[in-house]
Amino acid sequence: MDKKGQLLSISQVALILNVSEKTVRRHIQSGKLISKKIGGVHRINKSDLDHFLNPEKSFSLNDLKAEIDNSFPRENQEPDGPLVDKWSTHKSKIKLVNPANKRLIDIIVVGSGLAGGAASASLAELGYNVKTFCFQDSPRRAHSIAAQGGINAAKNYQGDGDSVYRLFYDTIKGGDYRSRESNVHRLAEVSANIIDQCVAQGVPFAREYGGLLDNRSFGGVLVSRTFYAKGQTGQQLLLGAYSAMSRQIGKGKIKMYSRHEMLDLVIVDGKARGIIARNLVTGEIQKHSAHAVVLGSGGYGNVFFLSTNAMGSNVTAAWKAHLKGAYMANPCFTQIHPTCIPVSGDHQSKLTLMSESLRNDGRIWVPKNMEDVLAIREGKLKPTEISAENRDYYLERRYPSFGNLVPRDVASRAAKERCDAGYGVNKTGEAVYLDFASAIERYGNEKAQVLNLDNLSKEEILSLGRKVIENKYGNLFQMYYKIVDDDPYFTPMQIYPAVHYTMGGLWVDYNLMSSIPGCYVAGEANFSDHGANRLGASALMQGLADGYFVLPYTIGDYLADDIRTGPISTETKEFDDALEDVKSKISKLMKIQGERSVDYFHRKLGKVMWNNVGMARNAEGLNTAITEIQKIRTEFYSNVRIPGESNELNPELEKALRVADFLELGELMAIDALNRSESCGGHFREESQTDEGEALRDDENFTYVAAWEYSGNPSKPKLNKENLEYKNIKLVQRSYK
Amino acid sequence: MNLTLKIWRQKNPNEKGKIVSYPVKDIDGDMSFLEMMDVLNVELIEKGENPVAFDHDCREGICGMCSMYINGEAHGPDRGVTTCQLHMRKFKDGDTIYIEPWRAKAFPIIKDLMVDRSAFDRVMNAGGFVSVNTSGNTIDANATPIPKEDADKAFEAATCIGCGACVASCKNASAMLFVSAKVSQLALLPQGKVEAKERVIKMVNTMDEEGFGNCTNTGACEVECPKGISLENIARMNREYLKAMILK
Amino acid sequence: MSKSALLKSSIAKKYWMALTGLFLCTFLIGHLIGNLQLIFMAGEEGRRAFNVYAYFMAHNPAIKILSYLTYFSILFHTIDGIMLTIKNKKSRPKGYAYNNAAANSSSSSRNMALLGSLILVFIVMHMANFWYKAKIDNSAPFPLHVYELELKQDGKKVRNDQTMYYFTHQPTLQPIPKNRKLVYRDTTNNITDLYIKGTNIKIAEGYKDLHSLVFAFFGQDKSKYGFPKNEQALYFTLFYIISMLVLSFHLWHGFASAFQSLGINHSSYNKLIKSSGKLFAVLIPLGFAIIPLMIFLNQI
Repeated sequence: MDKKGQLLSISQVALILNVSEKTVRRHIQSGKLISKKIGGVHRINKSDLDHFLNPEKSFSLNDLKAEIDNSFPRENQEPDGPLVDKWSTHKSKIKLVNPANKRLIDIIVVGSGLAGGAASASLAELGYNVKTFCFQDSPRRAHSIAAQGGINAAKNYQGDGDSVYRLFYDTIKGGDYRSRESNVHRLAEVSANIIDQCVAQGVPFAREYGGLLDNRSFGGVLVSRTFYAKGQTGQQLLLGAYSAMSRQIGKGKIKMYSRHEMLDLVIVDGKARGIIARNLVTGEIQKHSAHAVVLGSGGYGNVFFLSTNAMGSNVTAAWKAHLKGAYMANPCFTQIHPTCIPVSGDHQSKLTLMSESLRNDGRIWVPKNMEDVLAIREGKLKPTEISAENRDYYLERRYPSFGNLVPRDVASRAAKERCDAGYGVNKTGEAVYLDFASAIERYGNEKAQVLNLDNLSKEEILSLGRKVIENKYGNLFQMYYKIVDDDPYFTPMQIYPAVHYTMGGLWVDYNLMSSIPGCYVAGEANFSDHGANRLGASALMQGLADGYFVLPYTIGDYLADDIRTGPISTETKEFDDALEDVKSKISKLMKIQGERSVDYFHRKLGKVMWNNVGMARNAEGLNTAITEIQKIRTEFYSNVRIPGESNELNPELEKALRVADFLELGELMAIDALNRSESCGGHFREESQTDEGEALRDDENFTYVAAWEYSGNPSKPKLNKENLEYKNIKLVQRSYK
Repeated sequence: MNLTLKIWRQKNPNEKGKIVSYPVKDIDGDMSFLEMMDVLNVELIEKGENPVAFDHDCREGICGMCSMYINGEAHGPDRGVTTCQLHMRKFKDGDTIYIEPWRAKAFPIIKDLMVDRSAFDRVMNAGGFVSVNTSGNTIDANATPIPKEDADKAFEAATCIGCGACVASCKNASAMLFVSAKVSQLALLPQGKVEAKERVIKMVNTMDEEGFGNCTNTGACEVECPKGISLENIARMNREYLKAMILK
Repeated sequence: MSKSALLKSSIAKKYWMALTGLFLCTFLIGHLIGNLQLIFMAGEEGRRAFNVYAYFMAHNPAIKILSYLTYFSILFHTIDGIMLTIKNKKSRPKGYAYNNAAANSSSSSRNMALLGSLILVFIVMHMANFWYKAKIDNSAPFPLHVYELELKQDGKKVRNDQTMYYFTHQPTLQPIPKNRKLVYRDTTNNITDLYIKGTNIKIAEGYKDLHSLVFAFFGQDKSKYGFPKNEQALYFTLFYIISMLVLSFHLWHGFASAFQSLGINHSSYNKLIKSSGKLFAVLIPLGFAIIPLMIFLNQI
């Protein structure tokens, strides 16, 4: 056992601290020193002792409790009235800006994904002057493009009982009752519009032979409401938003700043009035002003280093807003997606998702018998050689009603449970099978029936079935084949959960405004709609809903007061100070010239996060994470090496700036996870589970949004609680059995 | 496996670049090409040298950011993949691998292997859209049935990731495959037909102005395209353009 | 659509390439069929047939229009091709240190400009060898092919028994009374027509003896007609054969490519276009190449 995990007795601790045992016990009782009871005696983890010794840096729940102020300092702006009327009432009461005045107002949008792109296009269409920033070389490359499976909408085209209410209900339930009712209902309401809008833009959704739109079903729901374009739905939707942006760029209504990264938010008189951005090509640090700033900068899954996010996805924009006063809400709510390609080795730089839609047709299993597992790992046995009765279809076994289509958090934990029990099927022991054999056979038979073909050999039927599968998931199968070099048409895929999405994010009110006036947050970057777990195909829906249909209305309410303000000058102290801050931060990093690359620290952080703030969390692990992250942060600022200059294109500097923010965010995530001692959605605290090992929510104590406020010290955030009220849905324990 | 990399190094757009050799050791076949580049870069950084700058982002073959000309082919020797999905198992121990940036007048080099592809954006800004406002008050999505065959073809054209491999592979540095993919997608759908004529003319004019070459139908683009965009789209654009010229 | 776009736009340029190219393909068919007479018809009959054909090609007004169209097409195809090539070269000012173009495209498709230039050289040579000599060169009278008039003793009786009329090979010419004397008369410096003495009644024409020119050029001794054997015939024969190989490569890509440029691409007939293109690219140049080869081989 390494030093970190070393357990000390009370007498040992007393010896180390040079105090009496009684004093040690008092510290334990007060909660300042964390201890575990093993067989009735106290044992103190070495790392907890370190915490205790270094209180400046460490986090204690008790400190926190003292700081909690029970009144939430912000209005969530939720309109009054019955749930179903809230949005329409709000829209009709909201202040408008007349078209002539819109021309006088500038808006900065950071990020060009579904939320940022859609918002940029819509705001420009309305007449505002929009400046859009993205770090990629083109707005079309935002990571929304990688979303595969589909987008939900309550269209009920299939006539299977779908409705706005059902989508609303499924989303709240899927999110394990940790999201705001009013926001989610609005999302469900506008969902249908999204599909109309996208079709009008020329997004080529999948269609049936009759020429009408096709649907598929996704995890956690009992209807088929997911619209899709093969396994590239995100791409098609993003390109739709991009084309809407292109139109406005062509008209000069959007000024596009590609290869620019936002490095700070500028606050003037308490309002967000601009950003500091770095031109990634020239290294120039620039001041940009606007009457409002919209952040659509995505999620922070890359804090885990290995995730399905793009290499460049980062938290910097959101984190800078947080440092300037925006609350970070529920940062510990991370979605671990159950079907990703397993890690193949230490060199791995990112993980690849295999769409959840595959669970429509794939069955997940591991061998029942340990001998088979071992034989497979040694290469002596092929999965196809294991008979059905020797396979453990554990999702179908544990959750007969939803089977392979349980929500993501449930599926991920179930995979982890099997692998932790030793049944993982690859060399690392961290993989389960996703098997299409029965679907191939079923589709083959159906197809043969349709084509009126009798007397087909088994192989011919299978080959018909493979064609059907190819039609549905061709690009995913090809992708799997290219990465793993194994053909999933003939042998089951190996999959394992991986970090995919972050439900947490900047706190926003009903109008999507953060706790900083004039700073709006849309899409994955905000926390609002998915609670503790996002349902499949809902991210695209939320990003577009925020960007196309919510923000363009709600931002007018704020900007209506700004029509006489005139252009915001960048020649002010606030802008100059922010600019200098950014410059000094960069030069500080450049001067370190240590021995390790940025990736070294990022990987190290990722490992700590995955091991302690991953799929299953406990107080001990979270405390370890907090200390470890602090250590990595210290080491980072003394030993990172950034080659090159700051006034040129410098990818290492870009990474360093992002990782620096992850190193602070990671700690906040652990603190949040530690604070939330219940299990809910993607956040699973081992201390809070049912006898069957399912997540156990604690509604009495945790039906709130944890909105963290930056205090000046990343290790000592202030907790604000926005209580969640459920007036239309009764809170029950989720069950997918 | 051990490899010799011959990489184009160029400090900035104005300086002259050159090919520099780098040995890399212990490369695993399961690594992606970019992970192999990461290994090289970490080595360079820790030696105090400047790492090789290259574009990359999603690393799952969909964002279109990665762009390397590997051993004389865009995205390397494998078919239907981007550089990030190219795996080292396609190479042998002892291989020498040439890695160069996309070469085209319209894609000026920024640094090392990074090029500026904003010309593609400008072509799109000229007409790569349907002029519909995002009011949410459009007609119901199912009000206009679209034959599945057309929808599928439009989808296939729409899968273009804008990586620029077509331009890089074309001996004329022509952008016809890229432009035609968008023209085709929208020309095939009733929503896009309304402004089809104007669109094709504007997009083609911008394409020409940006300095892309002419299409001589060598078909290299189709072969090297990681998404398998078909030459059929170029023919369709030629038709659309002809129609627009004659009927306007 | 501005008029300049008809010439300037990259796609319009491609239409012109395709249209002129396809027109030149039809020219090739006609030219080949005519030329095949050189080898498919033997002896004096062949000589006559070919010269008559050549005369027809030079004098028929419809053919004349076609021939101007051909010249225009060659010219336009060339100029357009050069413009395309210049723009294409400019589009990639710096090439790759290592390029594996063979992996994605055929060498003929990548070398159309080179192949085209070679073909242009060939066309110039070809025209200098034959067309120029027959049409432009006035330095010496061009030997004529004057064949024995095939005056049909038992031709159609028209007026009475005493008067026998001769019919020439050309039905358009008037019948001639038998007792008239025939003379040759030079009307211009090298065209000799056959007239009835003392009249303006033309009964036959003397043809430029292109047939003998060709045969002598490719190595046969036609001194008796005024065409001594070309001593460099071997090299010219080889040059022609190689040029046809070049043409073949040009067509190998060009034929199908023209359809693509015109937007004719559909899965149901692409195969047909591609295979007929390849067939065309092989058969037509092969047909052309056989002619000099056979003539050359026949001398030996």
